Amino acid sequence: MSEEVKPNKVVDARGSFCPGPLMELIKEYKQAAVGDVISVYSTDTGTKRDAAAWINKSGNELIGVFERNGYYEVVMKKKR
Amino acid sequence: MTEKMCLLFVSGTVDKLMAGTIIASGGVANDMEVDVFVSFWGLLEFRKGAPVNTKVSYEGKDMAAEIFQIMQEKKVQPWIEMLRQAKEVGNVKVYACAMFSDLLGLKKSDYDPIVDEIIGVAEFVSMAKDAKMTLFI
Repeated sequence: MSEEVKPNKVVDARGSFCPGPLMELIKEYKQAAVGDVISVYSTDTGTKRDAAAWINKSGNELIGVFERNGYYEVVMKKKR
Repeated sequence: MTEKMCLLFVSGTVDKLMAGTIIASGGVANDMEVDVFVSFWGLLEFRKGAPVNTKVSYEGKDMAAEIFQIMQEKKVQPWIEMLRQAKEVGNVKVYACAMFSDLLGLKKSDYDPIVDEIIGVAEFVSMAKDAKMTLFI
């Protein structure tokens, strides 16, 4: 899979601690349309697993978790 | 039917209020309805204009100054703002204990708007009876 993702929406939650980035992602998700690709930037360790688990469990698509320079990016597609 | 989590906040120390708030957020992330019942020292921290809270549980007292400094440096959101965020994102209700409110003569208007209602213990227990999990923080 290409690491080049083109999200419709980016949530920059770098510097925010657990569960901040996940909560911001859920907030953005609720306002998004089905088919939107949403990306969250985070520096918090817990979010990497938490966000991926939430995306799968909520019936959405996890596009990937990417290591970036000093942070990571979790990308999802809204399915429902 | 939506699953429910009930939380009971009695302590007014930052460690416990923050832990409870984070668990409430975890409930929201798991699509649960979250009912928080607050009493005693916890409830005092929900008053409008409550002084800046620098209290920690007894076993953390030696690290209190250090931990608050770290939290400030790392710009950790105050627990009440985290709870507000959980409320914005999910279905979280905060209930003030009627007994303690009566004891101190506190009305709903004396509390931060995050408090939804003042309710009695029987009502809280009836909520907890239907909950998947209830945690005393």
